[in-house]
Amino acid sequence: MKALVWHGKQDIRHETVPDPAIEAPRDAIIKVTSCAICGSDLHLFHNCIPAMKPGDIVGHEMMGEVVETGSAVTNLRKGERVVIPFTINCDECDQCRRGNYSLCERSNRNGELADKVFGHRTAGLFGYTHLTGGYAGGQAEYLRVPFADSTHIKVPDGMTDEQALFLGDIFPTGWQAAIQADIQPTDTVAIWGAGPVGQMAIRSAILLGAKQVICIDRLPERLSMAEAGGAVPINFEDESVLERLNELTDNRGPDKCIDCVGLEAHASQHIDSMIDRVKQATLMESDRPHVLREMIYVCRGGGVLSIPGVYGGLVDKIPFGMAMNKGLTFRMGQTHVRRWTADLTRRIAEGQIDPSFVITHTAKLEEGPGMYRVFEQKQDSCIKVVLKPN
Amino acid sequence: MNASSTLVTSRPDRSLTVTDRVARGLGWFSLALGAAEILAPGRLGRALGLEGKERLLQAYGGREIGAGVWALSDTPAPAIWARVAGDLVDLATLAAGLRGADDEQKRNNLVALAAVGGITLVDLLTALSLTAEQSERRGDTGRDYSDRSGFPRGVEQARGLAGQQAVPVDFQVTATAERREEALEPA
Ligand SMILES: NC(=O)c1ccc[n+]([C@@H]2O[C@H](COP(=O)([O-])OP(=O)(O)OC[C@H]3O[C@@H](n4cnc5c(N)ncnc54)[C@H](O)[C@@H]3O)[C@@H](O)[C@H]2O)c1
Ligand SMILES: [Zn+2]
Ligand SMILES: [Zn+2]
Repeated sequence: MKALVWHGKQDIRHETVPDPAIEAPRDAIIKVTSCAICGSDLHLFHNCIPAMKPGDIVGHEMMGEVVETGSAVTNLRKGERVVIPFTINCDECDQCRRGNYSLCERSNRNGELADKVFGHRTAGLFGYTHLTGGYAGGQAEYLRVPFADSTHIKVPDGMTDEQALFLGDIFPTGWQAAIQADIQPTDTVAIWGAGPVGQMAIRSAILLGAKQVICIDRLPERLSMAEAGGAVPINFEDESVLERLNELTDNRGPDKCIDCVGLEAHASQHIDSMIDRVKQATLMESDRPHVLREMIYVCRGGGVLSIPGVYGGLVDKIPFGMAMNKGLTFRMGQTHVRRWTADLTRRIAEGQIDPSFVITHTAKLEEGPGMYRVFEQKQDSCIKVVLKPN
Repeated sequence: MNASSTLVTSRPDRSLTVTDRVARGLGWFSLALGAAEILAPGRLGRALGLEGKERLLQAYGGREIGAGVWALSDTPAPAIWARVAGDLVDLATLAAGLRGADDEQKRNNLVALAAVGGITLVDLLTALSLTAEQSERRGDTGRDYSDRSGFPRGVEQARGLAGQQAVPVDFQVTATAERREEALEPA
């Protein structure tokens, strides 16, 4: 079959690879009908996340039709349409039973390596690093789904691919980001990053009843989409984030801050981010945490920092004393996708929200590598790319 | 849409363009040259008629290392432009070395001048092409997405639709006056 294969920094190719096959009784194979490129894929593209290997198939936002099931999979039929959550879960271990699906203790087949590197393992993820199992990803014609009986979302009749696809990652990610912030009706919620995750976080914060939602980015087209979703835009290249936030909150600062940017924050005018760039290039630091620093500084005392943005390793100069003295709460993590599935599927079906609004580009799978560059460079006002393998 | 992906790469099934690969090659070349200038300035100086300029050569080495590291990052364009500027400085320095050089040094120096001249051309073409790709990418499409609320019934209808009951107990972390009251009341 054809798939998008990682070969190194900024080097992704459309290539022929072996077809996947059933390897365990709880496996299923799906024929991918739609897949998307995620901001997390860009971190892999830039080789910012350790333990990728040349030859790895990328992609973790995908959906399709079941074509084959292992002997233990009794709740899926051939031909059924499913979205595959990017966090693989067994549904049986202690973490799964708590709802911490992204911490599943059994789905990471490189668990021992992960135990060593992270202290304790996290769940298996598709198309991601070998620290999370090194499972083949879904930017491909076919995908093997381990623990398929619990790692799938059935698509209700009448829902299009475009409406359902993001149930596997960015919609629940934006939702969990807002849920983690425990939004109150009196809250001002500030969201850094107007990429796909930031857009979903804005919509979630609105649904959850925030008094005011503010979104910070520098790309006008992304800010226009943020504003359409009910956010007050701040362009950090034109205005001072601190001053604008104080203006909008009577000098109290936002009650809740959400980082939808992650480890590759961009901030040309700030000296800290230039130092981060040099350190990252010379391997003295793996992540560029400008947004984290800014959130800790601007957040109201007693506030919550919710961090769906991905970090890979080490960060420098985090003003932890400031965070401690201000009594901030940090909540973060890869998304426990399954935990939000029923609720969010219902909201789409009822017409409360239609996540397809975020798609700006659709292309064939073979054009995927070029689309990585388009998405990376924010070319052609690109916000979200969907690829069609078949 | 297909057109947009061909803007940045001649082969849409490969994410690295030819220019990207050349830029990386120049990055490695910078690192190697920089290392030579820093570690063996004496030998280089003698060969090129630049005796007594060892410190200068080492400083150039530092410059090359910086440009090399940057050229290997995911934003190489500024580094290649810096290399173009560096090339011009190198050419001037070499030309100055021609004066007072003996025959062998002159020969070496001319070879070096020709080599640096060639590299300058490669640097210039690469820098121009990277910059052109970038401005195509940044190109303001004039598109705005102000009609994409994502809420089929509009933003105002969506506000608070999920309500607070959507937040499970294990995610409730905010201290509020109501929660404090509730907690104070005996169960
Ligand atoms: N926790 C999870 O499970 C999960 C799931 C999906 C994505 N993610 C992560 O979420 C993050 C965002 O993903 P995305 O798809 O929206 O990516 P994206 O790259 O499209 O969006 C990031 C946005 O941040 C903006 N930005 C950069 N620096 C900024 C700054 N200093 N201040 C404000 N904005 C800034 C960029 O302009 C861009 O619009 C990534 O780190 C991704 O890995 C996490
Ligand atoms: Zn993702
Ligand atoms: Zn589990």
